[in-house]
Amino acid sequence: MIALLRRDLRLAVRAGGGFGLGLAFFLIVVVLVPFGVGPETELLSRIAPGILWVASLLAALLSLDRIFALDFEDGSLVLLATSPLPMEGVALIKATAHWITTGLPLTIAAPVLGFLLSLAPEAYLYLLLSLLLGTPALSMIGTFGAALTVGLRRGGLLLSLLVLPLYVPTLIFGAEAVRRGADGLDPTGALMLLGGITAGTFALLPFATAAVLRINLR
Amino acid sequence: MLRVTGLTCARGGLPVLSNVSFTVPAGEVLILRGANGIGKTTLLRTLAGLQPSLDGAVEYPEDEGAYASHADGIKAALTVTENLAFWADVHGAANPRSDSNAGLETVLSTFDLSDLRDRTGGTLSAGQKRRLGLARLGVIGRKVLFLDEPTVSLDGFSVKRFADWLRDQHLAHGGCAVIATHIDLGLAAPELDLTPFKAALDAGGGSDEAFL
Amino acid sequence: MSIWEYANPTKFMGWTAPVMRAAFWLAALCLAVGLIWGFFFTPDDFRQGSTVKIIYLHVPAALMAINAWIMMLAASLIWVVRRHHVSALAARAAAPVGLVMTLIALFTGGIWGQPMWGTYWAWDPRLTSFLILFLFYLGYIALWEAIEDPDTAADLTSVLCMVGSVFAILSRYAVNFWNQGLHQGASLSLDKEENVADVFWIPLLVCIAGFVLLFIALVLMRTRTEIRARRMRALQARAQRA
Repeated sequence: MIALLRRDLRLAVRAGGGFGLGLAFFLIVVVLVPFGVGPETELLSRIAPGILWVASLLAALLSLDRIFALDFEDGSLVLLATSPLPMEGVALIKATAHWITTGLPLTIAAPVLGFLLSLAPEAYLYLLLSLLLGTPALSMIGTFGAALTVGLRRGGLLLSLLVLPLYVPTLIFGAEAVRRGADGLDPTGALMLLGGITAGTFALLPFATAAVLRINLR
Repeated sequence: MLRVTGLTCARGGLPVLSNVSFTVPAGEVLILRGANGIGKTTLLRTLAGLQPSLDGAVEYPEDEGAYASHADGIKAALTVTENLAFWADVHGAANPRSDSNAGLETVLSTFDLSDLRDRTGGTLSAGQKRRLGLARLGVIGRKVLFLDEPTVSLDGFSVKRFADWLRDQHLAHGGCAVIATHIDLGLAAPELDLTPFKAALDAGGGSDEAFL
Repeated sequence: MSIWEYANPTKFMGWTAPVMRAAFWLAALCLAVGLIWGFFFTPDDFRQGSTVKIIYLHVPAALMAINAWIMMLAASLIWVVRRHHVSALAARAAAPVGLVMTLIALFTGGIWGQPMWGTYWAWDPRLTSFLILFLFYLGYIALWEAIEDPDTAADLTSVLCMVGSVFAILSRYAVNFWNQGLHQGASLSLDKEENVADVFWIPLLVCIAGFVLLFIALVLMRTRTEIRARRMRALQARAQRA
């Protein structure tokens, strides 16, 4: 399993775009928002938690279709299916690799971009915490969606349609934690629920993903 | 080593081959013959466990099957060595980068890849990719091989190398193989013509049978 | 002779024809009685005036929007466990009906909301949940349409339906957590104290019965169409091979 993780990370680094593209997209979305809503610091500061969360969600979405599509096209996925690795393990590793290449960089970059949106100083800690807790769930749910659409020629749009509704709880708890942090309220509840969702998705979705992959390889 | 009894397999929900039975003992190869579309690929995929059979049984030692088709699973951004090492790792075979470097070397030279070892997969020609894909079979340590047209885009010299490897390395060490191919590999191997097993038009067991 | 024999496509086509006809007529009767009774023979609510009467469309549609998803979940589970094709096709047939029910609930809710809350739309938990449900229906239907092989499509949509159900419930709680809203409490519950008054309640029950029957009739009709399409496909596949 470690071999697969190492290979996926190496591929992400070499092929370029793995790390950079999602991050650049994140930056652009965050920069575009003030052009859309106006430059008032107070307004930006109020909507910053939501913008940062929605933008990181979209950035994570951007690279989902690459999770399985490339391996499907070059035949690796079939070879992995006949290898001793359980498909559940493959799903878990794919989600982890996706998180390391998108979720983690997004989490690290978010505070810098929070500065651009004049996020309340109290909220930075919770922004970091909520993204750290929540982005793994985004990757795991996205991996499930990618597995559902892996055999389809134009699966990208469908993938977004399937995955975005599943992102609702994560987004709500994540953005709520930051907002409460910014308002000086106690965000522990939201953070715990966010952690719960991540733990739940990592416990259950690998099985659904593996089942879906087997069906798609038939 | 491989025993197939009364196997019926389907493509797109319709039975294509029915009641296929054969055995392949250790150290032997079975060549599948038959016209295009007869169901060779379907049969091999079913044998490898990639798709469920409609009926019948396939028996071989667990975790010993390997499948190879025209898609070699080669990553364009990884070097030849890295590609091979990855598959060896996944299969838990001896890590070719540490202790038994010799194993990887042998495989590389067997398939004439030694000079290409640091080239990335993307720069290989079709035939070189094919050789790398076949070399994968040499590092994963599986005994029962299901090969779908393994010699496509190989030149005559490489075909011979592959046949030599199969005979001298794989079969000699107790492996076996089922190969679908249209050319003569130069192996003394029994052939199985699939034409008589073609499923009848009214054969039962299709996934939409209930609707007829 | 088990109950599952009725799930055989040929048998299903046989027994559903009269059931579907009966369901259509009964639905028409119930809806006519319920709506006319509700619209013209019930008093105006002392606070809400005559706007309250949209309840006879809003509540049944909202109920069926959720029940349709539950029925799809049950049908998906039956397909996964017992591999009855008709079950998968019934789930497929129910999705667009559920989608329309969700839309009716959303629209009538907006029309009702305008005089009551002064706005057609508010990001209230119940409204938001229905919007999310609408998205779930869209995704489910899109996945069915996108996959060519019917068995693969049935398998994948079943898994999506199961996973989606869990996330739909999660979303419901998340939305509650996010915003405590304007929407009144449940109109119907077993707890008698909270219910709407009896004068409204009885015609409402008749309307709900009408919507349930209408749902059954529509799903049966659509399932029958799906079965015919599937049969055509099967015959074509064999004809092409010959």
